Amino acid sequence: MSDPLHVVVVGAGPGGMAAAAAAAEHGCRVQLADESPAPGGQLWRGYDRASARHSPHGAAYAKWIARLDASGAEILPGTSVVDHPGSGLLRVERGGQPRDLEFDRLIVATGARERFLPFPGWTLPGVTGVGGLQALVKAGLPIAGKRIAVAGSGPLLLAVAAGLTRAGAAVLGIFEQAPPSQLVQFGATLMAHPAKLVEGAQYRWITRHASYKTGWWVKGAIGNARLESIAVTDGASTREMACDYLACSYHLAPNLELAQLLGCRIENGLVYVNAVQETSVPGVFCAGEPTGIGGLDKALVEGQMAGLAAAGHIGKAAQFLPTRQRLAGFAQRLDRAFAPRAELRALAEPGTIVCRCEDVTRAELEHCTSGRAARLHTRCGMGPCQGRICGPATEFLFGWSAAGVRPPIYPVRVATLAGSPIDWTTESTLATHMKK
Amino acid sequence: MKPEGSARFIIAVNGVPVEACAGMSVAAALLDAGLPSRMSVDGEPRAPLCGMGICFECAATIDGISLVRTCQVFCRPGMRVETA
Repeated sequence: MSDPLHVVVVGAGPGGMAAAAAAAEHGCRVQLADESPAPGGQLWRGYDRASARHSPHGAAYAKWIARLDASGAEILPGTSVVDHPGSGLLRVERGGQPRDLEFDRLIVATGARERFLPFPGWTLPGVTGVGGLQALVKAGLPIAGKRIAVAGSGPLLLAVAAGLTRAGAAVLGIFEQAPPSQLVQFGATLMAHPAKLVEGAQYRWITRHASYKTGWWVKGAIGNARLESIAVTDGASTREMACDYLACSYHLAPNLELAQLLGCRIENGLVYVNAVQETSVPGVFCAGEPTGIGGLDKALVEGQMAGLAAAGHIGKAAQFLPTRQRLAGFAQRLDRAFAPRAELRALAEPGTIVCRCEDVTRAELEHCTSGRAARLHTRCGMGPCQGRICGPATEFLFGWSAAGVRPPIYPVRVATLAGSPIDWTTESTLATHMKK
Repeated sequence: MKPEGSARFIIAVNGVPVEACAGMSVAAALLDAGLPSRMSVDGEPRAPLCGMGICFECAATIDGISLVRTCQVFCRPGMRVETA
């Protein structure tokens, strides 16, 4: 008998977990790599095998972690992908040590991040992402009694506001920028997804003491060295409110860096995949948010498809096609419902910082003709986040397409690139190196 | 949520004691204490934005290792954090 196919899955959120389980169940040798200390991704962050059943979405997590454990897939937590040094090879960093993973098939399940759009005061301490504040609370940030405004766009707003309320925070208001007309259309399409309607109603019940305003957005955050208040507007009137935290983000942006590094074709800002999740690069598959922001159900279905197809079970993978098509439609409706309104382009003033890593203001960027020119002339996108925060912002503000990636796709210790053992005494990192 | 009944201990931030507990990330401890995690290129105080290891606004030096994303690291007794 020949050796089993070696499948590496990058990203251990729902899509990556489903992909790894499906491939391992079908005879592949599977390694599942993720930056976090435990599988779950952003949606199932902080869940564990013992307590998951009591959490929202916990039943689905419990089911998939059990299936993953039983599948025999090897989980590599705390592992960051750094480079693709050659065919069938990924260079990763784990515990500060470089390591190369060999693969016959690779599944990219890198998920999404929040989209941030700049407004005056958004760099003040106390202004966070929506999922960002939730993650900080899960990581021990005390929130009881704090006054919090939740703003921006997307289904995350209500879900996070509910979580913050349960944790004892005083949620002052939820401000969704999308106009009511856009949301009504989206709501109507949800009739085909009753579970989502019930979930939304539960969140709204929990947050019933906070006002939920659609067609309102944050136009500025005010404070001296720390957030003290915000100004919100519906375009006609403006209100100010004092608060301790502002959680604000505008739906999600897919994490495309690894797919780009591997040379996968990107179409309309998403990774192109065929009928069984294979990208334009043979042997490289993609599942979940990088192919379209669609949430849990889409990630689980595409993950299973990618895992089955990577294992060579094309027919079994194709059986999910009708479900995938329905969920892709849901993703498109999400995009339309929560598309940022044009007024948000005018929020950042000439002096407002757009690139937080390098403190590049809007005024400096107005002279540039492309993202590439901005990198060269202003260092916009050249800091440690490597454009992950300002990239989607400059795409929205100026229409610049996502810049191509170059390794390393994360700031790493120089020794990882060289492939030699770490010398901790030097404390050198590539990022500090690049600053010189 | 601070885990109920979890042991409290002290970490040093720029040599100053800051209270923390098990299961609390360094980023959460700094933000709760009202301390910036870094000063920006132009000298503005910054604190965590994304909470999930992407933005690097929470990057600091922990026990001598620079540019550590503090949202990805839990507090440990005696930890030394330097912000710059």
